[in-house]
Amino acid sequence: MGAVEVVTKKPAVSPLRATLRVGWKRIKDVWTQIYHSKNAMAGLAILVFFAVLALGAPFIAPYGPTQKITDTACSITSPPISALQPPCPAHLLGTSYFPYDIYSQVIWGTQVSFIVGIMSAVVASVVGTAVGLISGYVGGWIDEVLMRFNDVVLSIPWLVLMIIVAAKVGVVDLTSLILVIGLTGWSVTARVIRSQVLSIKERMFVERAKMVGTPNWRILMRHIFPNAFPLIFANTILTVAVSILSESVLAFLGLRPPDTVSWGRIIAEAIDNGAVTIGNPLWLIIPGLCIVFLVFGFYLFGYALDEILNPRLRRR
Amino acid sequence: MEGVNFTLNEGEALGLAGESGCGKTTTALSIMRLLPYNGKIKRGQILFNGRDIVRLSEPTIQKIRWKDISIIFQGAMNSLNPVRRVGTQIAEPIILHEKVEEKEAMKRVEDLLQLVGINKERMRDYPHEFSGGMRQRVMIAMALACNPKLVIADEPVTALDVMIQAQILELLERLRRELHLSMILISHDLSVMAETCDTIAIMYGGKMMEFGTKMDVFTDPKHPYTQGLVAAFPDIRGQRVMPAAIPGDVPSLINPPPGCVFHPRCKFAFERCSKAEPALAEVTPGRRAACFLYPEVQEVMPRTQAAPATAR
Repeated sequence: MGAVEVVTKKPAVSPLRATLRVGWKRIKDVWTQIYHSKNAMAGLAILVFFAVLALGAPFIAPYGPTQKITDTACSITSPPISALQPPCPAHLLGTSYFPYDIYSQVIWGTQVSFIVGIMSAVVASVVGTAVGLISGYVGGWIDEVLMRFNDVVLSIPWLVLMIIVAAKVGVVDLTSLILVIGLTGWSVTARVIRSQVLSIKERMFVERAKMVGTPNWRILMRHIFPNAFPLIFANTILTVAVSILSESVLAFLGLRPPDTVSWGRIIAEAIDNGAVTIGNPLWLIIPGLCIVFLVFGFYLFGYALDEILNPRLRRR
Repeated sequence: MEGVNFTLNEGEALGLAGESGCGKTTTALSIMRLLPYNGKIKRGQILFNGRDIVRLSEPTIQKIRWKDISIIFQGAMNSLNPVRRVGTQIAEPIILHEKVEEKEAMKRVEDLLQLVGINKERMRDYPHEFSGGMRQRVMIAMALACNPKLVIADEPVTALDVMIQAQILELLERLRRELHLSMILISHDLSVMAETCDTIAIMYGGKMMEFGTKMDVFTDPKHPYTQGLVAAFPDIRGQRVMPAAIPGDVPSLINPPPGCVFHPRCKFAFERCSKAEPALAEVTPGRRAACFLYPEVQEVMPRTQAAPATAR
């Protein structure tokens, strides 16, 4: 029976330490892959840049988001007025009609984009994951009902749906904005997760879990969910990009909480005041570029992460 | 599948042998009442400790399943969840069936791993950190988790290399003796049976062809199919000759040949074989075979007689 004493020896460690070690090892593995992916690193760099802007807004922005400007340092009119000044060293992007400092507003707007983008994506992912898991695992008429409803939602242009809901419900504060974007944006996530669950549930270990007598909810939460988690995570990051874009669109259309400053709102005001014709095109261009780059950053990072975490896309 | 009939006593090992697709796994799944949705037990009995498994309700069978009867699957590679620790997976049946706390279950897992020869420190590892043989040990530990009385090992050593096969079989044999388990070993490999089993049942085309003790079946096979199988076994001490293969292929079970399922390939077949189906009957004490070469063998009354399958 000597042959039975195989096995490698590992130093005895406490359960907590062992758990942390395995978790840390996994994070390190993923990090190594991110580090070697140009897309992921580029995306991450963009995200870090904007995250610094968002978190550091109180220190970086010279003025508050809705702080009235009183000086006339850049005014080109006579007599000088504080509103609608063109860009100059004192106000890098000029001032708006109210008048606010546009440069400060752009920096403060980063916060709204991050908060709304991430929170809406979390809402969309939670709902989408729940629907996808149940639909894929339970199947039958429940799957049929959920997916047909999903088809209907998918067949309506998503932006239109979101705009209608936002207009009907009324966006009074950030929470309602987040809920509107999140609850209209889970359809794609639900589809993706469902198809992944359909494939996972046919695998042998699920069969085995059933034979052991594992109840269905436990199979779903303990066996299927962890296997789908990397995909859910990558998908959430992609959803963040879409949510940021949605927030900008809604804000541009005036569907925004009254007292928040976001990039979409800055663009809308720029257009209302004829930014280009009054000689301040940067009022329009800079927040636009911010939206493009932040969304681009999330896409780059999201797709790269999808490639790393999603076993079917993984390259060796 | 029809005419499967065997008895397994406590602490004994039964070998279920036969070609691919002859109903070995189906027999096992029937005993566990785990046939896929398109399978059904139409007739017969499966007696376990005097209770007929066929007639138990689903909640009752769920209590027996894994607690009293457990199974070691073929293909241990895929039977473990890749993203969960091995220890928690072994603990799952313990927590579910014995309603114990996770902590207590984990203590049991340590013992179980030691029992199958794996260092208990490794219960926190993930399946991909184990080799094929060790994963099979994990599956065995999982099968033993609730102290079952009967373990069904469905091709436990298929897809493992010969050295590991020997280790796993040795382990199963040791566990069976130590824990006083009954075991049904399913394999297409007669040499595996020869090492571990007390009695052997030979299956062909969804039917049982022969049943007897290991020595009897190997030294004096009664059924022509078994004779063919034993003859196809190369003799390592003898001259190098090509083992005699049985001509022909396994019949389709969707459209089985009339009469005895084996008759198209049988060199002793005579007229009666293609007309009537032989029933399993005792040909010498303790031996049963289904072949008309023996006068004791009766014809199966088509679709009337129940075909009991009895486990213990």
